[in-house]
Amino acid sequence: MADNQEPAITENFLSAALKTRLNATHVQVTDMSGGCGASFTSLIVSPDFVGKNSLKRHRLVNAALKEEIARIHAWSAKCQTPEEYEKEQAATGGNDGPPMDGTNAQGKVEGVSQ
Amino acid sequence: MLTRSLFSRQLFAAASRPAVAPKAAFRPVLFYQNRFLSDATRQAIDKAVASAPVVLFMKGTPETPQCGFSRASIQVLGLQGVDPNKFAAFNVLEDSELRQGIKEYSDWPTIPQLYIDKEFVGGCDIIVSMHQNGELAKLLEEKDVLVKGEEGAAEEQTEKKE
Repeated sequence: MADNQEPAITENFLSAALKTRLNATHVQVTDMSGGCGASFTSLIVSPDFVGKNSLKRHRLVNAALKEEIARIHAWSAKCQTPEEYEKEQAATGGNDGPPMDGTNAQGKVEGVSQ
Repeated sequence: MLTRSLFSRQLFAAASRPAVAPKAAFRPVLFYQNRFLSDATRQAIDKAVASAPVVLFMKGTPETPQCGFSRASIQVLGLQGVDPNKFAAFNVLEDSELRQGIKEYSDWPTIPQLYIDKEFVGGCDIIVSMHQNGELAKLLEEKDVLVKGEEGAAEEQTEKKE
């Protein structure tokens, strides 16, 4: 396999990929890598999520980032439609963001390094 | 050689754990590539998924989760008051075939994974958001898998480890 040619997985790379592949109107990707490999958490806003339940939205994201997710240690996502995003932004005073469950107090993922 | 026993099954509380007899011997075929989900592995996972009404595939054990996402998921199930007698956890770190196989079986790339009544519910993000919006409580209630009587009886088993 051409490992050398694969782009490094970064916040920006994932963000751009989600905008292109999922028509995302807003993406926030946060690196939460701790002691056990690359980990990212994300907030993804896309009209493609309209009319889909949570499981279907996550499956869309997983399919769009199949290769990338396979190469990293941990992946977390919150999938909202533009309407839901606006509502939550209003409700939280603009503090809607990626889920941080599973991370420690420093917002990093801890776990086994395998 | 690695362990050949069927994925070990763990219940919430060590105290309430009955002496679980090891299940039938699990005889995986030899793999040259981990990506291929063999019939043997698929059948073993079928059995695991059907082994209890609520099944969590996780890293580590309920008592000692080995990853923050597995820990968060176990905590949610404890807070919801899932009946330990209706719950089984499988540690994917103990079995590399389970670990790879479950991803393909569920078409889901990460661990943990929750099944309720043999149906895939989701991973940590979904478990936590369903916990927060009340959907999980409703589902667990419908499936009749909660501890009867005292509310939050399971909370003591999910004390925070800081």
